[in-house]
Amino acid sequence: MTDTPGSPARPGLLRVKLAQKTAVPLDAAFDVAPGEVVALLGASGSGKTTMLKAIAGLVTPQLGRVSLGDDVWFDSAKAINRRPEARRVGFVFQDYALFPHLSVRNNVAIAMRHVAAVERAERADGLLRQVGIEPLGDRFPRQLSGGERQRVALARALAREPNVLLLDEPFSAVDRPARERLKREIQAVAANIGVPVILVTHDIDEAVALARRLVIIDRGTMIAHGLAAELMAAPQGSRVSDIIGTNPLPLATT
Amino acid sequence: MDWPALKLSLSLAFWTSVLLVPLAVIAGRWLAYSHARGKSLLEALVLMPLVLPPTVLGFYLLAAFAPSSSLGRAVALVLGEPLVFSFSGILVASLIANIPFAVQPVARAFEAIPENVREAGYVSGLSRAETFRMIELPLAWPGVVTALALVFAHTLGEFGAVLMMGGNIPGETRTLSIAIYDSMQGFKYSDAAVMSAVMVTIAALAIAAILFASRRHAALGMERRL
Repeated sequence: MTDTPGSPARPGLLRVKLAQKTAVPLDAAFDVAPGEVVALLGASGSGKTTMLKAIAGLVTPQLGRVSLGDDVWFDSAKAINRRPEARRVGFVFQDYALFPHLSVRNNVAIAMRHVAAVERAERADGLLRQVGIEPLGDRFPRQLSGGERQRVALARALAREPNVLLLDEPFSAVDRPARERLKREIQAVAANIGVPVILVTHDIDEAVALARRLVIIDRGTMIAHGLAAELMAAPQGSRVSDIIGTNPLPLATT
Repeated sequence: MDWPALKLSLSLAFWTSVLLVPLAVIAGRWLAYSHARGKSLLEALVLMPLVLPPTVLGFYLLAAFAPSSSLGRAVALVLGEPLVFSFSGILVASLIANIPFAVQPVARAFEAIPENVREAGYVSGLSRAETFRMIELPLAWPGVVTALALVFAHTLGEFGAVLMMGGNIPGETRTLSIAIYDSMQGFKYSDAAVMSAVMVTIAALAIAAILFASRRHAALGMERRL
């Protein structure tokens, strides 16, 4: 494990190349610079979450390479496959995935194994303040609203002091009024964190709200990538248009 | 009232629970998460003692460990005494008869933990062992307590397999349930009544323990120190 405890976040270029030919096919290659937000955009079930999990080390693709700066996290050619806990990613799950048996504060503090034990509670409170839910530290996840839960999940991801931040449909389980606020908070975090950020979403509005660059995914395959503005102005192919939503055909034809 | 039989029953129940439940945590977790081939076969095997008549189980154990068999001779050599008609022998019988009662609740409890929650442990920087200790085990704890109480109570009531394997030797293999049967055979109805009442009390306490443990667990939010 080259990721020594207590080391600060090291910004580096995230390079992702994934390929597999199974029931869940994958074929994508893209880079994300430190401080940049890239959105993986595609319909539900198109393999976006699998890609995110492959970057985090939660699933192992057949082929590919994932590296951050000089650090190689996964390389099928050299049989390198670091465990997720050695990759130092912050991961926000679609359905929060909070630890139901731990208080909000401990949900955040548990991701600070790299921090001295005595400092964890105070730092956790600082992160809860940052995402606007400091008074909720003693509550349990089941006592929170969806928006509050997702902010705990965000604080937990930040507690790891991640070198890469991965957001899997962070808004989809949150009801509409809370969604705008969460969006602003995630925007603020993404703008300041200074590490590569990947947002997985099926919603073009969410994608452009956070990311300048889009990677369009269809059935596990990257079918287009580029600046959001350019892709939207001139979508390459009808699948891209479908996913971006600029296809002039009304949706009700099927 | 046959006090040695009660003591023996409690001791058998204690050792069966203490030895079996930790193994059941390992086996139950594996059954819950593994995608290995042959898993369904193992699951079926785990359930076998539940559907087999205890006497059949006892018969096979007796046949396997009899001093005339090679396995029986080998075990007798290691233990210094044959396994059949001894406390060790009824402990083995009881361990096997209780496998489903230990493994099933634990496996169900691990299955109930969403995959994302375990993954969240890993991406939060916890190793597999830390995720097990700090996330999985606390969440599966009601299943473990249920397994403990079920095994304890069921061992007290185990009759067929223990009788086949151990016989009815006072102070060595005569458990409370066998003593009750024995009293009835000897027309000592009042003895049987007292011992049966003791059994009912212990069973009720075991159930109460399960309910108390799972309530408390829920009420505390299962909070643990990190």
